[in-house]
Amino acid sequence: MDLNYTPEQEAFRAEVRQFLDENLPDDIRERVQKRLRPDKAMTERWQKILFDKGWGASTWPEEFGGTGWSPVEQIIFEEECALAGAPRQLDFGLRMVAPVIMTFGNEAQKKRFLPGILSGEDWWCQGYSEPGAGSDLASLRTSAKLEGDHYVVNGQKTWTTLGQHADWIFCLVRTSNEGKPQQGISFLLIDMNSPGIEVRPIIMLDGEHEINEVYFDNVKVPAGNLVGEENKGWTYAKFLLGHERTGLANVGQWKAMMKRLKEVARQEQDGQRPLIENTRFRDRLAQLDAELRALELTVLRVLTDKRGPGPQASILKIRGTEIGQQLFEMLMEAGGQDPIAHIPEALELDYNGPRAGSMEATPSAGDYFNMRKLSIFGGSNEIQRNIISQLVLGL
Amino acid sequence: MNFDLSEEQQMLNDSLRRFVTNEYSFEKRGEIISSGTGIDRATWSNFAEMGLLGFTFPEDFDGLGGNAVDTMVVMENFGRGLVVEPYLATVVLAGGLIRDAGNDAQKADILPGIASGERLLALAHYEPGARYNLSHVQTTTRKDGHHFRISGHKTAVLHGGQANQLVVSARTSGSVNDESGLSLFLVDRDAKGVKVDDFATHDGHRTAEISLSNVTVSADNLIGTADGAFPAIEKAVDLGIAALCAEAVGAMEAMNAATLEYIKTRKQFGVPIGKFQVLQHRMADMFIQTEQARTMAILAASEADSDDRAQRREAVSMAKTLVGQAARYVGQQGVQLHGGMGVTDEMFAAHLFKRLTLINLLFGDADHHLAQVSDGLLV
Repeated sequence: MDLNYTPEQEAFRAEVRQFLDENLPDDIRERVQKRLRPDKAMTERWQKILFDKGWGASTWPEEFGGTGWSPVEQIIFEEECALAGAPRQLDFGLRMVAPVIMTFGNEAQKKRFLPGILSGEDWWCQGYSEPGAGSDLASLRTSAKLEGDHYVVNGQKTWTTLGQHADWIFCLVRTSNEGKPQQGISFLLIDMNSPGIEVRPIIMLDGEHEINEVYFDNVKVPAGNLVGEENKGWTYAKFLLGHERTGLANVGQWKAMMKRLKEVARQEQDGQRPLIENTRFRDRLAQLDAELRALELTVLRVLTDKRGPGPQASILKIRGTEIGQQLFEMLMEAGGQDPIAHIPEALELDYNGPRAGSMEATPSAGDYFNMRKLSIFGGSNEIQRNIISQLVLGL
Repeated sequence: MNFDLSEEQQMLNDSLRRFVTNEYSFEKRGEIISSGTGIDRATWSNFAEMGLLGFTFPEDFDGLGGNAVDTMVVMENFGRGLVVEPYLATVVLAGGLIRDAGNDAQKADILPGIASGERLLALAHYEPGARYNLSHVQTTTRKDGHHFRISGHKTAVLHGGQANQLVVSARTSGSVNDESGLSLFLVDRDAKGVKVDDFATHDGHRTAEISLSNVTVSADNLIGTADGAFPAIEKAVDLGIAALCAEAVGAMEAMNAATLEYIKTRKQFGVPIGKFQVLQHRMADMFIQTEQARTMAILAASEADSDDRAQRREAVSMAKTLVGQAARYVGQQGVQLHGGMGVTDEMFAAHLFKRLTLINLLFGDADHHLAQVSDGLLV
């Protein structure tokens, strides 16, 4: 047993760091570090830079154009990217639909879809939840009927993150009403430019447009866009959720946040002393730091386990989201009363107007509100605890 | 011992409950927030007619001679409907200071105007870097004959951009963090040298950053005695905290009602999600937190008028600690139980959550007030 990184891994870290130093554009770094409003072009630019280096997909095997990195190398890469202020790559393509296509898709689908995901040319979104099917995802009703060489899709998806930018959506659709609800679900790839698709914004509680409803009205989808077998979609969906949950631990981002929070605690004044000298605040910071260290090592334990992530992935989703939420809460609280002001225009890079308190305080309450989603999406934390109690503990 | 509201307070409670239900809908509130000033003057006039705006002022100055328990009744109902008008800023904080520290001429000049709804005031006390330390004041004054010249920066001035006049704290002697040496001045918001940056807050209220640059006021604008304003400021903030505690209780009650309704009607796995024991226990904990907070809001209201500083401060800080923690728990869990709907702007629960969050941050979060209680154990 040895918790230290090997010399090779340290060398790899240095290589990543140097690449980031030299290639991460300053305006992108600034936007990310100041937690300004995310921007589609920024995400695409960064994906292109990584792609040109051959690092477009850190979690993919080499045969599909990925890096073929080990889990530990993936973690190192993710952490260095977050610490440097690189934007998060788009999970929907790279970490969600791509593994499904690689594992269950046919050769034509791999050839058609994987390159666009890798280069960032195709923006993907997820069509899982419906108004009546959230935690109880298997009750979904959006239907796909095979008519000749295409499916006709009708229904509604919701909580579609960044769907307003998407070129493609991967959907769970109902192809059969026979048997258990899980048995009639299929996994379909749908072009967002198809006639009959309408995207309507949902404004979140921080006032931002990040999620959407997607309506399907007699949308024609080529039958060749079905992944795997008809009515086997639930199996692929569960496979994908396992990947999503591992990603949701988000250790790299949280480590970058923790670093920032410690800096903020030194900068913010608590009367005549820096906030870091306030023992109550510092104790909470220390507690959270310990929990983050535990999360980091638990993720490494799970990822280096040769049996692969099982239901234990739920532990990572729960702890990752709880720690993330607490980081954002402490960042808000560090600002005292400053974060109460809501200044949406200050979330743009060129804002030079008045603000209340520090640069860090400006987005902090909005971010805290927004991050309540973490314990709700990707299978709510209540559902994750059900998974642990049923699948791990056998209760 | 008697926890009952008086007959008058009960009537006030009933009529405010009706008002919030019938005349302050979520939609109307949304329109008010997106309007230029963030205040509905018709609603404000309505409050004046109901006697709310002078409730705690002496009868000689067009008031009703009420106390902090009356304010509690008002604020709890405002919390239930998320009323965004500047009751806290104008009536409780600034009005309370004029009432407690002003001379008769100042009271006669100001209090009837507040009571009638014509005049809005705000308290400009907190400063950058002070965090929640009330004695941390760096705003300076220079005596110039019969005038004072005031310079400094004020932050978190609730409804400062909407107020006609500001009650500004400044240092007339001593150094930053000294409790002695503070004075209060009445300053016209439009006075030369006053710069106001008005912001909406996340919960639909307003706040301002205000800088004062050589603002000249007459010595007649000094409120109370020079150098001795700290006890009055501290007491006004305690009254504000008691009011916020009551508001939080109303908002928590509304959150619990909205959440209960949601988990009874939202179906997943073929049953209302409220059938799941884990959600039942969560809801029970939200209820427990709210009832505990209610008790503490009553304690804070009962002690907030007291001039026994130690007793008042302990009660108010204990209340803000537990109410702040409850506001956090009930707010977060109310959103969680609403699922994805809870993080959307269209849901009342999301707005209750934002107000509850900001109530915890205002005038000292739970950690700050726990520290106050804790420090009290050393004495």
